[in-house]
Amino acid sequence: MAWETVIGLEIHVQLSTQSKIFSGSATTFGAEPNTQASLVDLGMPGVLPVLNADAVKKAITFGVAIDANINQKSDFARKNYFYPDLPKGYQISQLDLPIVGEGHLDITLEDGTVKRVGVTRAHLEEDAGKSLHEDYHGMTGIDLNRAGTPLLEIVSEPDMRSAEEAIAYVKTIHSLIQYLGISDGNMAEGSMRCDINISLRPTGQEEYGTRTETKNVNSFRFIEKAIRGEVIRQMDELEAGNKINQETRLYDSNKDETRPMRSKEEANDYRYFPDPDLLPVITTDEFIQGIKDALPELPWQKLERFQTEYELKEYDARVLTASKTLANYFETVVTTSGAKAKLAANWVTSELLGALNKSNTDIQQSPVSAEEFGGLLKRIADETITGKSAKTVFEAMLNGEGGADEIIKAKDLEQEKDSGAIEALVDEVIAANPDQVAKFLEAEDSKKKRFIGFFVGQIMKASKGKANPQQVNQLLAQKLK
Amino acid sequence: MALDKGEITKIAKLARLTINDEKIPEYTASLSSILDLVEQLQAVDTNNIEPMAHPLDATQRLREDAVTETNQRDDYQKIAPATEDGLYLVPKVID
Repeated sequence: MAWETVIGLEIHVQLSTQSKIFSGSATTFGAEPNTQASLVDLGMPGVLPVLNADAVKKAITFGVAIDANINQKSDFARKNYFYPDLPKGYQISQLDLPIVGEGHLDITLEDGTVKRVGVTRAHLEEDAGKSLHEDYHGMTGIDLNRAGTPLLEIVSEPDMRSAEEAIAYVKTIHSLIQYLGISDGNMAEGSMRCDINISLRPTGQEEYGTRTETKNVNSFRFIEKAIRGEVIRQMDELEAGNKINQETRLYDSNKDETRPMRSKEEANDYRYFPDPDLLPVITTDEFIQGIKDALPELPWQKLERFQTEYELKEYDARVLTASKTLANYFETVVTTSGAKAKLAANWVTSELLGALNKSNTDIQQSPVSAEEFGGLLKRIADETITGKSAKTVFEAMLNGEGGADEIIKAKDLEQEKDSGAIEALVDEVIAANPDQVAKFLEAEDSKKKRFIGFFVGQIMKASKGKANPQQVNQLLAQKLK
Repeated sequence: MALDKGEITKIAKLARLTINDEKIPEYTASLSSILDLVEQLQAVDTNNIEPMAHPLDATQRLREDAVTETNQRDDYQKIAPATEDGLYLVPKVID
């Protein structure tokens, strides 16, 4: 039977506030255990939560960017469950009136197709602490530094039909939250985690099948693998005539499979009720308008602008605007180098990203700053060095040997502009290769290019990459007749 | 609305309460009578009345995003039954 996959995602985004959502504790990642856990975060009796204005602002910023309804009256509820990393016995979350209502996001698939994905809602809540299960004499260690970190839970409609679509959606959200400056999006540090709802239905059937929820998947690769694995598992069950149990599952990246969570059959009975400690949050029209007016350039707007302002191809523009950091890097390179945008785009996407990829670092940790990289391109643009020498300079920059000008000087890479010196080299190479010259002269026109390539290569080598290739080509054309 | 024994056991389990089997009829009766009261309230016509999340007609005040708490771990951990490496220790729990 042919099956259709139906996927909905709940994405938890840690908002990049200085302090927690309901207390004045710091939210810095990686602090010593429990040094950022105040009485409120510890769930001590007699304390009251006080809502962080910036968390509200960041949530609304997201809502405005996805064209969502903002609930100007919003309230908080208690979601009750027992787990030691949740000392109060409930998580403060939102149920009936989430701060962000219905909105939507357009995603672009690999083949260029654009698909609209509905966002059901996005609500504010607090993160839980961390449980460390390694052996503390058979006990579990609890670190409450993360408890109370503001989260925005973004709930999508079940609009995605494949792992590819789900990944495209997650990447779009990931890029958007960084553009908006509402989260650092650092997935390795848990700033974005994903719960994946998956069900299958016979193709053509309207009614949804029974779904499972795979919790807490925290990398693009794992999201993709978890979906693929769970789809195959469900398909096998259905093909065998079995039913799917509605259940919560965990993705085990070591075994690359999902398995049901134990002892959680009643976990979904959260007994929500309005939190009496928190009053309704009212946001004014002016407040929302202020956020709209201050909205930064959004990824899809930047993509558009890169194509018109810099005349880049859509593909290049897409690569360069995938992250805000990379887009800013590129623009700084263009302004500091004075080089053509196309040259800058080529160098950033192939040389820089290639080098970063090889060393497994991302643009944020680039060993060569945008200004330094611009300094290198400036020397290509003003023809101080050839493109070939520029690659040598770039390698040296990656090794920390200094700025472009410094390296050009130290390695004596300045382009040979003296045509007499180049001509001498050309003559030298022609004289040293009589066989090749003979072959060249005998060759048909269509094959001559190959021989020219040989001579250019030899001459460039003799000049240590310093000869201007165009000049070399011209001279060769004159001399090899 | 009458609760049955199974529901009482489930509620107790969700609340992590150990209850004495002999007490179940008593709990069933008293919890059921609370629900009867709720049922009475539900009989009131609340059309055109805005739902209320909080009894006070007031708005949540917001706090400026600033770190105001300092590290007082040592003091807080004095009352913890067990700690190690700065962590609170609890009986082992694994999903």
